[in-house]
Amino acid sequence: MGNFVRPFLDNEFLQRAFLAGVLVSLTCAVVGTYVVLRGMAFIGDALAHGVLPGVAGALMIGMPAMAGAAVGAAVMIGGVGLITSRSKLSNDTAIGLLFIGLLALGVLMVSSADSLTGDLEAILFGQFLGVNNSDLVAQSIALCFVVIVAVVASRPFLLLCFDADLVSAMGYRAAWYHRLMLLLIAATVVVSFQTVGALLVFGMLLAPAGVGALISKRIGTMMLWAAVVGVVSTYVGLMASYHFSWAAGASVVLTAVTIFFVVFTAVSIRRSVVGDRS
Amino acid sequence: MTETAVVARRLSVGYGAKVILSGVDAFLKPGGSTALVGSNGSGKSTLLKTLAGLLPVIDGGLEVLGRPVGELTGRVAYLSQFHQSGFVLPLRAIDVVRMARYDQRARWQRQTKIDDEIVKESMMLMSVDDLAMKPLRDLSGGQQQRIYLAQVLARRADLLLLDEPTAGLDAPGRAAYIDALSFEKNRGAAVVTATHDVGEASTCDRVLLLAGRVIADGPPNVVMTPENLLETFGIGLTKVGDQLVVTEHHHDHDH
Repeated sequence: MGNFVRPFLDNEFLQRAFLAGVLVSLTCAVVGTYVVLRGMAFIGDALAHGVLPGVAGALMIGMPAMAGAAVGAAVMIGGVGLITSRSKLSNDTAIGLLFIGLLALGVLMVSSADSLTGDLEAILFGQFLGVNNSDLVAQSIALCFVVIVAVVASRPFLLLCFDADLVSAMGYRAAWYHRLMLLLIAATVVVSFQTVGALLVFGMLLAPAGVGALISKRIGTMMLWAAVVGVVSTYVGLMASYHFSWAAGASVVLTAVTIFFVVFTAVSIRRSVVGDRS
Repeated sequence: MTETAVVARRLSVGYGAKVILSGVDAFLKPGGSTALVGSNGSGKSTLLKTLAGLLPVIDGGLEVLGRPVGELTGRVAYLSQFHQSGFVLPLRAIDVVRMARYDQRARWQRQTKIDDEIVKESMMLMSVDDLAMKPLRDLSGGQQQRIYLAQVLARRADLLLLDEPTAGLDAPGRAAYIDALSFEKNRGAAVVTATHDVGEASTCDRVLLLAGRVIADGPPNVVMTPENLLETFGIGLTKVGDQLVVTEHHHDHDH
């Protein structure tokens, strides 16, 4: 038992890492639920990668990385909106173009600035074990923001998942709420990339919410399950990282994805035995 | 209740600047049912979306419930042809029907007993009250369509706009739909349905045959002539007993 609890009691950096993981898990549980239900995985992935040049640019001029990430996310969202509104290109094409363009720009910026080379790994894969108090404060603020918006906009958000036409037909501004949802995804990515990394935050958005979608009959329950899976993944991943010297962010995300596939297999077997209709 | 449900004058509708349907003049009264009939691309769904305020009017005048279109969304119910996530969303059937009452209460207010009663009554009208606690994604396509119709009924709207409302419904489902329609009309609501089903249209008080323009407008037994149906669908149809029989294919000449 000591091996499973003692490391957290003895190491302050592990306590902070666990707290950061819990905050990321709770934020991703709420936002990831909408990402999964609305099929917004691609824009989520693109946002996670698109922050790279913003972060690199901020570090080059001595600004906080989080501010740069916010600029990168804003460019991505604004660019997708601009391309889709001024052309007949699909949303997917616009997202793909900006996604790969921003990622390439970010890699170029990092590779051309010697001082940033060491930071690339931290940007992409996070620094779970190096989380500081200001990171925790930012994550707490983001969690509060996400929860408040999700509660206040719960009805139009649910309608948006169900049928975008119905949102407008009932007098809500569908485009406005869609943008608000994008803002929530961007905020989650921006405050989470320093913990789990720009590449891996996407896993925390999708895998726990995916488990929730498989086993829940209501959206609130789906968020709850997503939060539980996220927190359990954080604990198991950090333990694995501590005992086997594995990369912390990757261990946490891999645990979440593994849980998804275990649940997916169990649900599939149950359906084949009991049948689809219950 | 207003005196008119819909007033359209020389109305043109479409997407962006592209006109799909033009020259619509219509005066729809409360308590009446109107079928928009036409083949794919004839403009019936586009007209419904415009009536619902989802598309801007391209040209002409349009009033809904005595006000410019889009102003009284709380008194209009719209059933779209497609639903994005019916098989993915973790929702029970009753949750879907409850959505109809969302805009009737302030955001911080819980739904009331009156809302619950309306939801229950609407589900009973569509004979789906026994499915209330079932997950939506576990229901068949026809059962889901009944749930969506119950959602429309729960709006208690003055104008119902229904795009292909009987799609996927079996015989009992269609019977429940016909009864629900009567209930709504007796309540004073106007109902506008878009359909390519001539049989379904013949149960309405009025029919607009559409093919990018209004081919004919009037009671079903007057407008649904073989000539008008030929112009609308491009094939000749005539009623033999309860069946519609194809009698002629369209030729490229003026009628």
